[in-house]
Amino acid sequence: MAELVGLTGNDAGAEALKDVNPDVVAVFPITPQTELMHKFSAYANDGVVETELIPVESEHSAQSACFGSAAAGARTATATSSQGLALMSEICYITASTRLPVVMPVVNRALSGPINIHCDHSDSMALRDAGWIQIFSENAQEVYDNTIQAFRIGEREDVLLPVMVCLDGFILSHTMEPVELLGPEAAQKFVGEYHPAFSLLDTDNPISIGPLHLTDYYFECKRQEVAAMENARHAVADVGREYGELTGRNYGIFEKYKLDDADVAIIALGSTCGTAKVAADQAREKGIKAGVLKLRMFRPFPGDEIAEIVNAVGTVAVMDRSISFGLRGGPLFNEVRSFVNGGCPQLVNYVYGLGGRDINATEIESIFAELVRIKKSGDTGELYRYIGLRE
Amino acid sequence: MAVSLKKMSKNPELLAAGHRSCGGCAAPAILRQTLHVAGPNTVIGFATGCMEVATTIYPYTAWKVPYVHCAFENSASTISGVEAAYRALKRRGRIPEDKKMNFIAFGGDGGTYDIGFQALSGALERGHNMLYICYDNNAYMNTGIQRSSVTPRGAATNTSPAGSVIRGKQQARKDLTACMVAHNIPYVAQASVSNHMDFMKKVGKALDIDGPAFINIMQPCYRGWRHKPEDSIEVARVGVETRYWPLFEVENGRWKVNYKPKEVVPVEEWFKLQGRFKHLLAEDKEGVIQWHQEQIEHAWSQLLKREAESKEEGQKEAE
Repeated sequence: MAELVGLTGNDAGAEALKDVNPDVVAVFPITPQTELMHKFSAYANDGVVETELIPVESEHSAQSACFGSAAAGARTATATSSQGLALMSEICYITASTRLPVVMPVVNRALSGPINIHCDHSDSMALRDAGWIQIFSENAQEVYDNTIQAFRIGEREDVLLPVMVCLDGFILSHTMEPVELLGPEAAQKFVGEYHPAFSLLDTDNPISIGPLHLTDYYFECKRQEVAAMENARHAVADVGREYGELTGRNYGIFEKYKLDDADVAIIALGSTCGTAKVAADQAREKGIKAGVLKLRMFRPFPGDEIAEIVNAVGTVAVMDRSISFGLRGGPLFNEVRSFVNGGCPQLVNYVYGLGGRDINATEIESIFAELVRIKKSGDTGELYRYIGLRE
Repeated sequence: MAVSLKKMSKNPELLAAGHRSCGGCAAPAILRQTLHVAGPNTVIGFATGCMEVATTIYPYTAWKVPYVHCAFENSASTISGVEAAYRALKRRGRIPEDKKMNFIAFGGDGGTYDIGFQALSGALERGHNMLYICYDNNAYMNTGIQRSSVTPRGAATNTSPAGSVIRGKQQARKDLTACMVAHNIPYVAQASVSNHMDFMKKVGKALDIDGPAFINIMQPCYRGWRHKPEDSIEVARVGVETRYWPLFEVENGRWKVNYKPKEVVPVEEWFKLQGRFKHLLAEDKEGVIQWHQEQIEHAWSQLLKREAESKEEGQKEAE
């Protein structure tokens, strides 16, 4: 019987890192990620892990040190939030293009300005084209499980990409839930040893990392990154399946909640999916056949698979916890829409929860009710909407 | 680490010929001399800049040792990550216990004094066993000669041109070497590409020391300094003779001046070799040249004072 303990999302991230016992971890504080690294630093300084900590002076240096460490062949991790992710964003692109599988929990927090410390997805969304795999978590258990799986996914030879494990700031990072842990032995057995093909420390086979690519090679380099991201689709699914065989907790590219007979559905990321499941149950009690598509893998984006579901359900609301100025609709909505147009579903977008604004089951139930109205009337009305906003 | 030219002459070159630096560029000499001292068990980190561009254009590389470039401002933090990985993997038995390695980060003055200053400061404070070498050519040369915080007052660059109203850079230069000394790291030195034995000895010392070390080496860039390509080493030599760029080292807090010119060369003579000061030599209403001379005299006397104090401390300790 696996160990079951009460952990916050931050604790769960720290436990996962502890159980994997990476070679190198770069540490820098930012709310709400800070406690994840408090806990991990304590494990390092108590000798529970053998990890070399690099207590850097900024997130820019955190990602740079991770870049150097991973290029030297070490299994490497860090964690960040919001402004920290924005500051290191320059290097995040380089980590990905250099094909270094760094693992990074991102405790989602709104980007300034105005400054805010609470949850939305504007930070990781800003890096959706940086070449990182992005996996979202619904609860603390998923934070733990996703973080462990992230090493396997990123380090797979046909992938070799860095992985963000996204968890909602405060909502998950600071909320305690029961979490089942693998423990170090099983976790390390699952992730396996990391022996990359290339290392800066291999002086018998010296390599140059990060050379200038001009007009003759840059394009091909980016094309290879695309191929790696395509392979990541399978890696996320394969590793999730294997993890399910080990733990009984199966992970796919998304989770379908009561979608098989659904007339209406919402698509969301992160902790909101838990709320949405409750709202779907409540709506069903009132006779609305409601379902939820919980998207776990945002990068690579499983557009075709989503489109199949959206077209089958027919009337769907996409929930965006971030905003894309000047583009009508949030990023998730527009990406979903770009895949489903052929099926002509009724698709609306709700931007919600910016800067940590709460969203509750009653509000999501009202969305289901609105989707029923759209379905019946055939009139989608305004596609781009807000919920929980004073106007 | 003893530096022997005779031995070095038999060592293989670890920086291949055929890199693409300008003819007359003095910077590759710094790289070759460093590698001769450091040897093959060395990882080189580079900030974006001239030498990065000139030595690694994919699919070619001039480096016969492991080399890593990430971005402009993070050469120090990148190499700190490599060094941390070395420690971690050694602890786990994946690197032989007796394998000693050198970790050397390079940056130009733009990448070190300015945009990379924070990353450098952080890496030194963390105590990584690494050497950072700044090849200081007094401006952002790779992007086409823009002022940096070490560009001398009065010098013309493309962002501090000798205009009809504002004539060259208006500000005094930042003293980065002093900033590095203030980090209380075991070894800090100033060197010049004109004094190769002095520089290589310093590299040897820096690599022998356990902990972070920093060397600031002056490297004239004929494109930016506006002198003849074949005069790069001579211009550096005269710069040392004027004491504009003294050669010294600070080892565990003790200052030592490595070269004391017998005859003082006025700074104006150095300026005369360089087109970037041409406008000042033609007309200097603000007395910038005189100001430089005063700065040099002041800094030199401070340097000698520190050396004397260090000597005294050493003697007291010996007693």
